[in-house]
Amino acid sequence: MSERCAVIGIGQTEHRESRKDVSLPGLLREALFRALEDAGRTLADMDAIVIGTAPDMFEGVMMPELFMADALGAVGKPIFRVHTAGSVGGSTAVVASHLIQHGVHEQVLTLAFEKQSEANAMWALSPAIPFQPQLVAGAGGYFAPLIRSYMARHDAHPDAGPMVAVKDREHGLLNPNAHLHLTQTLDEVKAAPMLWDPIRYSETCPSSDGAVAMVLANDKHAKGCKNPAWVLGTSVRTERTFMAGRDQVNPGAGQLCAKDVYDQAGIDPRKDVDCAEIYVPFSWFEPMWLENLGFCDPGEGWKWSMEGKTRIGGQLPLNMSGGVLCTNPIGASGMIRFAEAARQVRGTAAAHQVDGAKIAIGHAYGGGSQFFAMWAVGSKRP
Amino acid sequence: MTEALTAPYVLEYTYRRSMGPVIGRFLEGLRYEILEGVKTADGRVLCPPQEYDETGAPTTGEFVQLRPTGVLKSWTWVAEPRANHPRKTPFAFALVQIDGTDSCITHILDAKSPKELETGMRVRVRWAKEKRGTIQDIECFEPSSPILLGPVHLDFSVMPGVHQTAYLRGFEQGKILGGKCKATGKVYVPPRGASPVDGQPMDEYVEVADRGVLTTFTVVRIPFEGQKLTPPYCFGAIVLDGSDLPFYHLISGVAYDEIRMGMRVKAKWKPREEWETSVENILYFEPTGEPDAPFESYSEHL
Repeated sequence: MSERCAVIGIGQTEHRESRKDVSLPGLLREALFRALEDAGRTLADMDAIVIGTAPDMFEGVMMPELFMADALGAVGKPIFRVHTAGSVGGSTAVVASHLIQHGVHEQVLTLAFEKQSEANAMWALSPAIPFQPQLVAGAGGYFAPLIRSYMARHDAHPDAGPMVAVKDREHGLLNPNAHLHLTQTLDEVKAAPMLWDPIRYSETCPSSDGAVAMVLANDKHAKGCKNPAWVLGTSVRTERTFMAGRDQVNPGAGQLCAKDVYDQAGIDPRKDVDCAEIYVPFSWFEPMWLENLGFCDPGEGWKWSMEGKTRIGGQLPLNMSGGVLCTNPIGASGMIRFAEAARQVRGTAAAHQVDGAKIAIGHAYGGGSQFFAMWAVGSKRP
Repeated sequence: MTEALTAPYVLEYTYRRSMGPVIGRFLEGLRYEILEGVKTADGRVLCPPQEYDETGAPTTGEFVQLRPTGVLKSWTWVAEPRANHPRKTPFAFALVQIDGTDSCITHILDAKSPKELETGMRVRVRWAKEKRGTIQDIECFEPSSPILLGPVHLDFSVMPGVHQTAYLRGFEQGKILGGKCKATGKVYVPPRGASPVDGQPMDEYVEVADRGVLTTFTVVRIPFEGQKLTPPYCFGAIVLDGSDLPFYHLISGVAYDEIRMGMRVKAKWKPREEWETSVENILYFEPTGEPDAPFESYSEHL
């Protein structure tokens, strides 16, 4: 690694159930020009474009990054598409940061998007394949049994998940970019119908259209910027789908990914992290990832969620933006976590700012809890 | 008193209207699917165009070509059209502000139900097939959506591969086959072409029991496009006796609130004469009635 990397510009679209007011390229350009403006840069300043989105079946456009090359200002420049299922937004930012850190490019535009309203992710995730019954029923169908396993393994209080939903929706009210702006009491969350028992409607993420973009720069370009978010550590880890004895509740790849980031950054997750944006598409994944990422011991996560430790003002605020539970353009959801972590250490998170945040974590996962991406960002140049 | 006299009487005549230079040009344009407005002295655009504005001032005679789209400003639903109404089926009378204009045109709006209509929505002109230079050359307005439908149809052949084929052939005989991992001795159902431990094919097949432990499960209550089963239904992870990782199938034959982790279950097979080359030869798994397995016995499979 020869160079430092910093986030010097961030832009997000308005996230909504349907952004039928804009085309796919129009959606991305909304985010990318906001990021460029924030960075005080133009498209011409960008050396390369790194883009991520969910599998093409989710939108029905094959290799959209190539058809949008001109819309993204990529003509005559390198453009790379990253594919890692739901974690893609995170791993895309990681790939972009590596291009800077290894001195390949000086300034890189990275973006991620999803226009869920153009298609049907439930359909795309639930194929009826020959020779077998159609059991899969969207992401919730896959993750619900894992949540049940977590609850049983740690004898978790059944209100922990619903309390995460209440908290993230409260945080979302502070974020004008969030798709859902909902006031929900614990009783209301618990009264919602079960979609995939034990996942209630109120404990699941929405289906959103949206995009996010970041301008990453090396030392030379970041030095003149007012409040860069410095990349302190990045990691991407993967594990097998089918493996006897694989722990799907507390996956090994997630633990390795987190440790790698902490080691690179030289930080202790229990002491040095001021806040984190982690990938929680279903409420119970907050306590599950609290444990998986080493913020607390196994079995303690649900207690942390119930004790309010993960609220803004708590011991470790999580998903200050409202998280995936408030906004879920699938391919962009991971990068929104990374970008929101950067906003915190830049001090630009407005109403959902954690006072004095100096080190923040962005995290994403995907597939059957098997692809992980994470970074640590800080306000101080390493 | 004598009854008052009554007799039918029809008064009918076709008048000859002079349209004048402004409305005349507007209606002539409609014949060619040209929609125009006129500029007022203070710079506004009126459609339909008039020779004068609402203050009585003459308009400028400067015409502006318009796009055949606009915004629904107000509407009323006509659920039971009368004989003289322009349509036989329910419709709406509508005030539409054509894009680029400052006034509204009164016309009719076609929709299946008032539920489709919302003040402020985008609408477009539907042109009449035959045009006569009248306002009816616009047949009606209709809701306009910026969505273009993009159907996709992909034809595949599914080739499950050597080991999955052996597994599916097993179902033809009512057997569930697993494959033994050479490196660890663990039995995978179905057998894999490559062990996740050493990459070697699991070509040593072993028959496993059609019963085992339900480790975890969900009850699906959400409908979705392309769904073959009717919700609610329960599917779960079952570690079949003699195997070392969960296999997923439907759980039935028991009330949902009685399904629990650790429950012993067994396959409910279709009648033999209905067997095909499919995992669907098992309809579902149902409780065996044996005591539940202790948590520790299956906790490594979660």
